[in-house]
Amino acid sequence: MRVTPNGLGVGERSRLRAVRGLSRSSPRPWGSGSTPWLYLAPALVVVGGLLVYPVYQLGLISLLEYTQAQVSGGEPTSFQGFGNYTRLFGDEQFWQVLLATVLFAAACVVSTLAVGCALAVLLTRVRALPRLALMLAALGAWATPAVTGSTVWLLLFDPDFGPVNRILGLGDHSWTYGRFSAFFLVLLEVVWCSFPFVMVTVYAGIRAVPTEVLEAAALDGASQWRIWRSVLAPMLRPILVIVTIQSVIWDFKVFTQIYVMTNGGGIAGQNLVLNVYAYQQAFASSQYSLGSAIGVVMLLILLAVTLVYLRLLRRQGEEL
Amino acid sequence: MNLFQGLVRRPWRTAAEAAALLIAAVVAFPLYWMVLSAFKPAGEIESTTPRPWTSAPTLDSFRRVFGQQEFGRYFVNSLVVACTVVVVSALIAFLAATAVTRFRFRFRTTLLIMFLVAQMVPVEALTIPLFFLMRDFGQLNTLGSLILPHIAFSLPFAIWMLRGFVKAVPQALEEAAYIDGASRARFLWQILFPLVFPGLVATSVFSFISAWNDFLFAKSFIISDTSQSTLPMALLVFYKPEEPDWGGVMAASTVMTIPVLVFFVLVQRRLVSGLGGAVKD
Repeated sequence: MRVTPNGLGVGERSRLRAVRGLSRSSPRPWGSGSTPWLYLAPALVVVGGLLVYPVYQLGLISLLEYTQAQVSGGEPTSFQGFGNYTRLFGDEQFWQVLLATVLFAAACVVSTLAVGCALAVLLTRVRALPRLALMLAALGAWATPAVTGSTVWLLLFDPDFGPVNRILGLGDHSWTYGRFSAFFLVLLEVVWCSFPFVMVTVYAGIRAVPTEVLEAAALDGASQWRIWRSVLAPMLRPILVIVTIQSVIWDFKVFTQIYVMTNGGGIAGQNLVLNVYAYQQAFASSQYSLGSAIGVVMLLILLAVTLVYLRLLRRQGEEL
Repeated sequence: MNLFQGLVRRPWRTAAEAAALLIAAVVAFPLYWMVLSAFKPAGEIESTTPRPWTSAPTLDSFRRVFGQQEFGRYFVNSLVVACTVVVVSALIAFLAATAVTRFRFRFRTTLLIMFLVAQMVPVEALTIPLFFLMRDFGQLNTLGSLILPHIAFSLPFAIWMLRGFVKAVPQALEEAAYIDGASRARFLWQILFPLVFPGLVATSVFSFISAWNDFLFAKSFIISDTSQSTLPMALLVFYKPEEPDWGGVMAASTVMTIPVLVFFVLVQRRLVSGLGGAVKD
């Protein structure tokens, strides 16, 4: 018995030898020539045209001079080589934003995973009614659109009309004024809307562990802690890898929450993260090349994360 | 049936259940506050002593929201975008996931890695090249400019997730179908598709949310023809950072959240069993 996470199975090679030649009406085996490409064609066309090609374009724009003048066709574009990148790396603000993004994403990932896993375990310890209550509340938070969640949290923490300051007795303390407290507020909202995915997935994983295994361990006199460490944790590892990597991807790319809750990146850009920074450069300042260069940097960082992820999978002996 | 029932001592369980209920209340509180504020009269929202109830519920905020421009139209636009994205990407992802699991062909692993890497792409950064792409194809100010990119962005994750479901369908079942004289197309649509359906539901949750949530593309691609705008844009009409109309924002938020909630409640069972199904071999 192997627990396998979403889409990472211990795949058996599909073989249709049993079928081959059984009867004339049976189709050819699956693994032949061009057929898989027919199945893949729609996906490849869409992903190729609207994702791969734009990524190529992004790289291209980041190497050109591309501002409002070129967009309106007033001036020809000129090739800049890595000029945009040297400009970017020479800018102190870029490094600050990069650092803030990494720290913020890390804090979001750790908090989300901690809350999600703890509540998944809690779900297995309670009877049906409290479990349903927590599940429904979590699904509600998950279903809330990002724009909506952001505005609701702003109202909750509003210095004048929000209930939170009243409950905590903070008077008219403004959460969005200070750099750290603004980041903290966004972090709370991000954790609130992303822990449900972790909780539900990990809970589903725990449920997929056969009861016999746990009973056998208990009969052998294993302690709760021992059962968790030696039975559940190894079985859940693939799932934990999945939820971690998804959280990293999502939290590194947080956009809406920062944009709405800190009003486009906070006072004097103190709450900028790379994604919002790139957008501001491109659409607010018409520095399309700089915005694209920031996008490329983000892409490369996430790519590095992916490679680590793939190596983890390989080490676990998963076949793709 | 509780796995740990026999393993947990009674006082501990009572404490755990109290904690679960308390946490559920805290998690649900923002949503409660949203709906409550949507029904509060203006004087009560803008009060420095907010109360967790309202003595005079009113529909004023909702009237203001629906009276604003063409809110109903934005709602329909959002729904059209999200539903189109869900259906089209589910079908395309099903075919692609079948191809990468049931076939063995050159570049299969390369393709899989490409789909994984594609999930890493910061969608927001692609707004710049996509803007030019949409402009060149005359798609600016159309719903197509929102639908097409979202199909592309939800596909990699959907394919990656569906693989597990397609893999889980036993080989023996397929062989039995052929022995009974079914064609491959028939196996695909009449046996494999229904079996993978819970997985499709689980993945469609993600594509629905991403499309329904989108506000960056709407902001960037729908620039001159507001009749093609979507809900998040309408919501932000009421949210001016200096002087927000909180009642309007909360009413619009409520209206925007309800369809997703309904969708979630409908697929809740399948979602949990779907995510669970993906983890069983």
